[in-house]
Amino acid sequence: MRWIWIDSFVEFVPRVRASAEKCVTLAEEAMQDQGFGPPVFPPTLMIEGMAQTAGILVGESRGFSENVILAKIRRASFEGYAGPGDRLRYDAVVDSLDDQAAMTSGIVLRNGEPIGRVDLMFSHVNQAARVLDLPDHNFVFTEQFMSLYRSFCKSGSNEGKPVHGG
Amino acid sequence: MAANQDEVFEKVRHVLTDALGVDDDEITKGATLQGDLGAESIDYLDIVFRLEKTFGIKIPKGELFPDDILNNPEFVDKDRVTSAGLERLKAAIPHADFSKFEKSPLVSKMPDLFTVQTIVNYVEGKLVAA
Repeated sequence: MRWIWIDSFVEFVPRVRASAEKCVTLAEEAMQDQGFGPPVFPPTLMIEGMAQTAGILVGESRGFSENVILAKIRRASFEGYAGPGDRLRYDAVVDSLDDQAAMTSGIVLRNGEPIGRVDLMFSHVNQAARVLDLPDHNFVFTEQFMSLYRSFCKSGSNEGKPVHGG
Repeated sequence: MAANQDEVFEKVRHVLTDALGVDDDEITKGATLQGDLGAESIDYLDIVFRLEKTFGIKIPKGELFPDDILNNPEFVDKDRVTSAGLERLKAAIPHADFSKFEKSPLVSKMPDLFTVQTIVNYVEGKLVAA
C-alpha cells in the first residue's frame, strides 16, 4: 500500500499556507474490516494527511533540499468523523519557521465543515547531520509527493501566481 | 505593567500542560521539566515556541535552554561539570537555582536545573526588560 493520504493540493502559498484534499472511498484498505458499525476514516490517517500537507509546505520553504520529519504532534482533536463519499480538506498554516524546526497549525474539514484541528512540529534533518544515521538520499520527498506538488504548480491554480520550483 | 509572578506562573503552567500533556496539578514550581514532567529534547523547542506566543517575547536559540555546555571539554570532565563549566552555566542561566547543583555538579544532574520556577524566573526577566 502506498503511504500517501492526500489526493491533490488546492492552494499553496510558499512559507505561508497550503490546502490539500482527499476523497474518502469505501474501496480503501483502511476502510475494510473495521468490524463495527459503518466504516469511518481513521482520525490517525487524518493526522497523517495533515502531516503530509504541512510537511510539503515546510519542505518547499527550503527547496526540498532537506528531509523534513514530523517531530511532534502538538495537538490533535476531532469533533467529527469522515466516512465513504466525504471530501476531506487539510488547511495548514505555518506558525514558525527557522533553522531548527517548523511549527504548523491546521484545520481538518469534512465537506467544507471543520471537524478537527491538528498542530504539528517538524524538524529539518540536514543531510550533513548524520547523528541519526539516516539514508543519504531524500527519503521524505519521494516522487509521489513531488508529483502532487508539481501537478498543482502546473495547473496554475495558485491564485494565478507561479510557485517557484514548479 | 509587568505581570506578577502568580500570573506568570499560571500562564507557564498552561504552556507546560499543553506542551507536555501532563495534568495541571503536576505543574508545581519545584517540578523538574525532565525528571518530574517527562520532557524530552523535542519538547524544549515546543515549550520555547509556546512561551513566545503566550507572552509575546522573543527567545533566542540557547537563551532559555543553553546547548553549548556539554560539548565543550573545558566545561565537562568525565561525568562532572568543571568550575569553568559551572561559571558558564551560571552566566547562561542566571534564572536557575544552583544551590543544590553546586554541591554535586554531575552532568547527569544538569537537567534538574530546569524547573518550572526556572522558566517563571526567565519569563519575568524578559517581561521586565521589555
